[in-house]
Amino acid sequence: MPILSIRNVSKLFGPNAAQGVKLLEQGQNKQQLAKEKQITVGVNRVNMDIEQGEIFVIMGLSGSGKSTLVRMFNRLIDPSAGQILVHDKDIMKMNAEQLRQVRRKTISMVFQKFALFPHRSVIDNVEYGLEVQKVEKSKRREKAKQSLELVGLKGWEDKMPDELSGGMQQRVGLARALANDPEVLLMDEAFSALDPLIRRDMQDELLDLQEKMKKTIIFITHDLDEALRIGDRIALMRDGEVVQIGSPEEILMQPANGYVERFVEDVDLSKVLTASHVMRRPETITPDRGPRVALELMRERGVSNLFVIDRGKRLLGAITAEDASRAVKDKLTIQDILIPECPVCPPDKLIGEMFEQSSTSPIPISVVDEENRLMGVVVRGSLLGAMAGGANNEGVNANAEQLDIG
Amino acid sequence: MLNNLISAEMPKLPIADWVDTAVDWMSLNLEGLFEGIAVAIENVVDAFTWVFMLPHPILFIVILAAIAYLAGKWKLSLFTVLGFLLIWNLGYWDATMSTLALVLTSGVISIVVGIPIGIWCAKSKGASGVITPLLDFMQTMPAFVYLLPAVTFFSLGVVPGVIASIIFAIPPTIRMTNLGIKHVSGELVEAADAFGSTGTQKLFKVQLPLAMPNIMAGINQTIMLSLSMVVIASMIGAQGIGVEVYRAVTQLQIGKGFEAGLAVVVLAIVLDRLSQNIFKPAQKRRNA
Repeated sequence: MPILSIRNVSKLFGPNAAQGVKLLEQGQNKQQLAKEKQITVGVNRVNMDIEQGEIFVIMGLSGSGKSTLVRMFNRLIDPSAGQILVHDKDIMKMNAEQLRQVRRKTISMVFQKFALFPHRSVIDNVEYGLEVQKVEKSKRREKAKQSLELVGLKGWEDKMPDELSGGMQQRVGLARALANDPEVLLMDEAFSALDPLIRRDMQDELLDLQEKMKKTIIFITHDLDEALRIGDRIALMRDGEVVQIGSPEEILMQPANGYVERFVEDVDLSKVLTASHVMRRPETITPDRGPRVALELMRERGVSNLFVIDRGKRLLGAITAEDASRAVKDKLTIQDILIPECPVCPPDKLIGEMFEQSSTSPIPISVVDEENRLMGVVVRGSLLGAMAGGANNEGVNANAEQLDIG
Repeated sequence: MLNNLISAEMPKLPIADWVDTAVDWMSLNLEGLFEGIAVAIENVVDAFTWVFMLPHPILFIVILAAIAYLAGKWKLSLFTVLGFLLIWNLGYWDATMSTLALVLTSGVISIVVGIPIGIWCAKSKGASGVITPLLDFMQTMPAFVYLLPAVTFFSLGVVPGVIASIIFAIPPTIRMTNLGIKHVSGELVEAADAFGSTGTQKLFKVQLPLAMPNIMAGINQTIMLSLSMVVIASMIGAQGIGVEVYRAVTQLQIGKGFEAGLAVVVLAIVLDRLSQNIFKPAQKRRNA
């Protein structure tokens, strides 16, 4: 069951907003509404399900409605229509006290410009959420300290926010949100105000923290690289509507329409695609076969080397065509000509990191899982092909499936 | 021709009559209320006067200088000592203490009433829509005009003086409280909401502390305005240094008028600097 479900949520601004919802449902478009009724559509019938423990990125350019949307998740902004279900309970139907409980226990928020209270020290800021719940002083101190330690700010408790750098201030913002131990973390452009290097660090740290905590994180950003880096799934928004929801790979490789395509065309694919995206089906042989069979196989498949695996599909090494023909002449076995030190990599290796490995080795890189089972091979040609944006995704998947079966 | 027509067809609105009628009605029917207010104000003024007259002038000066020093200003401390010694020397001590009591009474009442009204204005558009023009009215209507009804309701003496001072001096506190709360950054208010604050928690933990510099500026203005009004109020029998000024002016005693005026100036400067600084050191210390 999703932890947060958004059902047909719209937000309209203007004097006739209530009427506008009906008109939208009758099929009038935004331009008509703006012209005829002075209604601005901020968010237009958005649907999404956010699962427990994922990092769900909502991405869009400024004005795409993403910040408005996320503020409706905890009702900082009330939607004009639609349902927002937290654990299957509609927060639109909650009274003020129930809503406060959701905000105190379930959903915390991290803000773009940090929104630290300037009149409170770092620790008092982190304590705020517990303080309004009237948690006992010593207890909330302790929790706040743990939370600060988690974000690496131990020893800064008594400073005032304006004594801290931007990156540190946002750590305080994060610690404040974590102190409540919420299930869902809303991060509204949380790293956008930081300079690029610090932003990278914060992204890494967020991923590290997420490994430990397994929160559900809803992350708003206008930065595609950031979205691809940290998102398990990405929702791309435009003009208040969701254009596509999918994994980073899906967004890149199967853009839903021209807009997404244009949006992602400048992405540095080498930092997104991994070995498993570009690997091909390997040509294999078991070591009990003779070199003559191996040569025949290579000729048939048009390759110059074969990967040697045992019956459990574990990689033993590789043989080349030259060695195989020598073995036929000298009556050697495959064992004799086996090259055990061929290059390998895990399936989640970024292809940007594989070029060097690939260029220094005559044998293609084999992709193996943790138990050294051969999953596929990456040849230089498919690396280059993927970089050009033409990775044959279907082919890769088909190959992978074949491998699984066989 | 045209003039004749207008004067024939447009009778003058009897606003003066209406106000007179209203004032008469109020003084007849709300006598009990006014009496209650009068007694309360008199008691507060008496209490302040009693407290200020209790210590010997030297002791009083030392205490005041100490407060100035604690507020972080040794220069102000020095000025306080010299200034109040001068007042004592000139023989205006008792009058100055009465004036101080009047100023503090109207100041305290203005603050106690004004801050909640300011908060109300910040929270409710309707309230600020009604109250803002009322404040404009109170500030621009010549002070003498409401000195008179004050006398009608409360008779001559200290009470109408305090009432007139409050009417004249309360607007800055209300306005600046309203402004201060409205100027708290939207993101901070959102943060307070997002962490599940109640309205009261948001007000006292976030909005009021952040509005404090503005509110203090308003309070400072209120105290200054009530001091300036207290001198005018002496015309309707409020005691204090204003009486000396008023007497000197009516008797054309230029030198005496200057002396009494000097006492007002000393009091004004000390009150102004103190009310400006009394809350600042607390923040500075925390930042250090």
